[in-house]
Amino acid sequence: MDATVEITLTVNGERISRRVEPRQHLADFLRVELELTGTHVGCEHGVCGACTIRVDGQIVRGCLMFAVQADGARVETIEGLTDSGEVADLQKSFVERNALQCGYCTPAMLITAAELLKRNPHATRAQIRDFLSGNYCRCTGYHAIVDAVETVARARTGRRDGAS
Amino acid sequence: MKSGMSAFDRPNSYIGRTVPRPNARRLAEGRGQYVDDIKLPRLAHVAFLRSPYAHARIMAIDTAAAAQSPGVIRVVTGPEMAGVCTPWVGVLSHLKGMKSAPQHPIAVDRACWQGEAVCAVVAHTRAQAEDALPLLRIEWEELPPVTDAAAAATPGCQVIHPSLGDNIAFQRELSVGEPESVFAAAEIVVEETFVIGRHTGVTLEPRSILADYNPAENQLTIYQSTQAPHMMQGIFAKHLGLPETNVRVICRDVGGAFGIKVHTYPDEVATAALAVMLRRPVKFVADRFESFVTDIHARDHAIKGRIAVTRAGEIQAFEIDDLTGIGPYSVYPRTSGIEANQVVNLVGGPYKHKSYKARARVVFQNKNVMCQYRAVGHPIACAVTEGLVDLAAKRLAMDPAEFRRKNLIADDSYPYTAPPGLVFESLSHHATVDKLLALMDYKGLRAEQARLRERGVHRGIGLASFIEVTNPSAAFYGVGGARISAQDGCTMRLDPNGTVTCAIGVTEQGQGTEAMVAQVAATAIGVPLDRIRVVTGDTEITPYGGGTWASRGAGIGGEATLQAGKSLRANILGVAGVMLQAEPGTLDIRDGKIVDAGTGTERIPLAEVGRVVYFRPDTLPKDLQPEFMVTRHYVQKDYAFVFTNGMQASWLEVDIDTGFVRLLDHWCVEDCGTLINPQLVDEQIRGGVVQGIGAALFEHCVYDAQGQLRNANLADYLVPMAGEMPDIHVGHVVTPTRSSELGAKGAGEAGTAGAPAAVMNAINDALAPFNARVAAQPATPELILKALGKA
Amino acid sequence: MKPAPFAYARPSSLDDVFDLLGRTGEEAKLLAGGQSLVPTLAFRLSTPSLLIDLNRVPGLAGITADAGMVRIGAMTRHCEIEHSIEIAAKLPMVAQAMPQIGHPAIRTRGTIGGSLAFADPAAELPACAVALDAQIVIASRQGARRVRARNFFKGLYETDLGAGELITAVEFPAQPPGYRSRLAELARRHGDYALVGLAAHAKTEGDRLSDLRLAFFGVGSKPVLAVQAARELEGQHVSATALALAAEALDDDLDPPDDLNGSGRTKLHLARVLLSRTLTGMVEA
Repeated sequence: MDATVEITLTVNGERISRRVEPRQHLADFLRVELELTGTHVGCEHGVCGACTIRVDGQIVRGCLMFAVQADGARVETIEGLTDSGEVADLQKSFVERNALQCGYCTPAMLITAAELLKRNPHATRAQIRDFLSGNYCRCTGYHAIVDAVETVARARTGRRDGAS
Repeated sequence: MKSGMSAFDRPNSYIGRTVPRPNARRLAEGRGQYVDDIKLPRLAHVAFLRSPYAHARIMAIDTAAAAQSPGVIRVVTGPEMAGVCTPWVGVLSHLKGMKSAPQHPIAVDRACWQGEAVCAVVAHTRAQAEDALPLLRIEWEELPPVTDAAAAATPGCQVIHPSLGDNIAFQRELSVGEPESVFAAAEIVVEETFVIGRHTGVTLEPRSILADYNPAENQLTIYQSTQAPHMMQGIFAKHLGLPETNVRVICRDVGGAFGIKVHTYPDEVATAALAVMLRRPVKFVADRFESFVTDIHARDHAIKGRIAVTRAGEIQAFEIDDLTGIGPYSVYPRTSGIEANQVVNLVGGPYKHKSYKARARVVFQNKNVMCQYRAVGHPIACAVTEGLVDLAAKRLAMDPAEFRRKNLIADDSYPYTAPPGLVFESLSHHATVDKLLALMDYKGLRAEQARLRERGVHRGIGLASFIEVTNPSAAFYGVGGARISAQDGCTMRLDPNGTVTCAIGVTEQGQGTEAMVAQVAATAIGVPLDRIRVVTGDTEITPYGGGTWASRGAGIGGEATLQAGKSLRANILGVAGVMLQAEPGTLDIRDGKIVDAGTGTERIPLAEVGRVVYFRPDTLPKDLQPEFMVTRHYVQKDYAFVFTNGMQASWLEVDIDTGFVRLLDHWCVEDCGTLINPQLVDEQIRGGVVQGIGAALFEHCVYDAQGQLRNANLADYLVPMAGEMPDIHVGHVVTPTRSSELGAKGAGEAGTAGAPAAVMNAINDALAPFNARVAAQPATPELILKALGKA
Repeated sequence: MKPAPFAYARPSSLDDVFDLLGRTGEEAKLLAGGQSLVPTLAFRLSTPSLLIDLNRVPGLAGITADAGMVRIGAMTRHCEIEHSIEIAAKLPMVAQAMPQIGHPAIRTRGTIGGSLAFADPAAELPACAVALDAQIVIASRQGARRVRARNFFKGLYETDLGAGELITAVEFPAQPPGYRSRLAELARRHGDYALVGLAAHAKTEGDRLSDLRLAFFGVGSKPVLAVQAARELEGQHVSATALALAAEALDDDLDPPDDLNGSGRTKLHLARVLLSRTLTGMVEA
């Protein structure tokens, strides 16, 4: 009844084939099968956001998708985004501003912040707070995170506009 | 503003410098190592069947079907585990009369709260273990639950543990000065009943433990998300019958703790016992539902309070009667009497007054257990004190800031003994008030408030002065018989290449312990920050220490680090002096090089000294035995606790039609002595403030009369999210403590201590024109509407 | 919180879906976006033996608009609706609802069909469907049928969907000229399910309202059309008096139950406030 299903997907650019139980969610698959432990599990009911990853270029809750559904998909986790350097400026800003303490929410927070700046490069503080509202942080109280994202937004748009 | 002691006016001092944490980059890259990230060979997983009833006798458990479920390795009930693991009792001898019943890792014959573990299923995967749980056949006999604290305290109420005689875990009465006569004769008395809603810590990483028992060495290795590895080492050893040295507790990354992870949890001990029984690694990670029903809850208090003041505005006395309903057991080993004890100790703390009367009763209930959570007791004491203070100011038609200024203990009054007997070394209430009111532009906000009121917009300003317990001595736990260490130690080792490795007994959960230690060490020795490596959280490797709690990391861990660093530096200079044929006193270590102290000229790199000492001792004098590894310990003995002080302010708007509160701004000015890394301190305050805001407005563990937790998930239990939180402005006054050379006091809990009071006072300030008040937390829209007579 | 084991099928046509439903019936659950379903599986509130994944069935997603009607395929993701220019122009109420639904990551996967089928009483889209008098298009092996939204939602998490049926699309009448709509809600935190919400749609001539449809959500087991309140305001200018009368009439329309967020009385009060503010805002714009 719970026969495993074969899936093939790309994870951080690497082609992966595995047999999975249908009930295993994507976050657990990444963590347990592929040992990519940078994606974290905080609630398994889609509220805390700690499991946020990218599937086919879009942010999703890794705990609300089953691995079987990711067959044929392109998955990116914090490890991939670090290796590619895509979120390097956000990571640097987070570290400098201490926008992370225990680090448990951080990979997901970075992925969500990256998505925000992609959609809204000129995001205001209020818009940053709004967009990050689905990512729970218990340590920072959010102020430092907003600062760090705002700093990156300014730097990126400043560079493009040629203004400092 | 002084930034530190003269020992730190060194060219490359890191004291008072905001530098990024050395271990943060790894976390930002997803390379953290939390317990659930760790795998061991033959790893098994445990799931627990948890009592669906608040109170029920376990008549029988048939495990046969569950044991046959796919992937199941073993099913263990309470009686079987009792043969391997002894029960514990959470009492402290200095909390006179405290009593509690023995608690087992898995309930033996009776479940006493909804969520208590009554059977363990070990399987190859967590999912398989969960699959087996419904197959357990349990015969229950439901018992009436005790779910009302007031009823529990009343004689004649059903007693949860008949052997204890009643449901009172602990009670304390205190009378100082002449409270009865003062209140009787007082010109003005205001009173209020404050209710603080039960809530919990909600660490994002749930409680996690991986226990591995190797029978060949009788060695138990535990990876645990805990704040106090040495304490846990002792507990595992004691209750599993192992020598302490055969138990190793390792903490790698911990995803949030806040006091939740400094306690002994039955399911975690059960996991360790299972590892011993099965002779293989067993992992337990609480899921979010389990977290809500078993992580310690806190703050469930109802306090009648009153304050006596003269017509001229002088506070004469405080009185409180506090009733708190805990769970069916006092938590081990820190006990569930401490929060109430703190409330008694802390009410009225910032203010001059001679008379004080207090009663606190801690009663058992059939609900989840309660114990220390960030700022233990302070948020309650502060909410009561500051609520009464605001009420008194209002009665006197005095500005709340002015009323506070009139009554706060003067900055030159120290040392000062407060009515409960606590000694304050040196606080700075007035300097703090001045700074806060300036920072927030108090006058400007009052003017804006008045203007907006005319337009029907109702904003409020809430002030909250607070004191905070930090750098505890043995007075907290040790004197009560608990094997909880008030001292701490730091071992430093200079390696051949000039790097220094520091191993320390305080631990990291994200507050920046490793950075703080590195900064102090780098300063004390004279090397760049990146030459320091810090090791924490391993009972095998670090000196015996207390871990992190009661804001002791910087004050106690930092001091041990400083002393070790100074000592290592002296040893290095001693050898360098010999090598350079100079008096050690004429040399210094700066930026990782031995230099001429007077001119700063480089004489020899540290790495060269290391190379010679470790590899070419033949080139050194025969009688020279260099010692480049040094350990120093520190314990604070001057005071029971080194108190800090601060003041917070909340600026918010109440929608008087919906009862919704919009937080506009928040300030905290705080005095925690020497600031090692100002940014890290500020961020601790911010995080703490938001937890306090959560308590004031959002968070509540809601139980029904049957002892069922109604909102055990993150959709229904409201944790603050980014959208509703304000920016938080932080300022400091610096009064170093003289109890240590570093002068650092703790800062981790201050935000949580004062924020609920500030927010509640601000709401009531906004509601003032309507003669409406709220005194219960969380102050939900419904509560505010009720106060306004609209619901 | 791991789900109980289930088998998984990924049909590539509606016929296959009907086959699977026919064979397993009650034991199967349809998987659309999963944002509401998966938590119920995680808590083991639901233990289906088979999950039928609709995500690869073609023809179920997409937004098409023609003369006066906007058709949204059941599998259309919230984020697609959120960013659709057609929806912004033709269904402004739905456009207003989208940013209130959960959070961006939820909206990547969540679908309109899933939201309507799950029928959470505090959700926005069911209320929009009722307020805008949408038709829910339901398919089964027997063919397609249409149900008016106001008849589709029957009770707590209960809809008119029968065994072997699934939603394939929702058809909304485009907002006619001269009409305005507003979706407003009161929630403790951005993205939460509403304490109380209102999907309001009316013809506005200056500050005079007519043909009002007021669908409240978060006030009972399903969206509730406040017919009495709408009647009070029919043809009226939006004034303090008119709103007060409408607010009183709301007592007859709504009977919210007590819940974790507060008593029914409180919800009723909030509903009155929301009514007043929403309609005032509607004519002011």
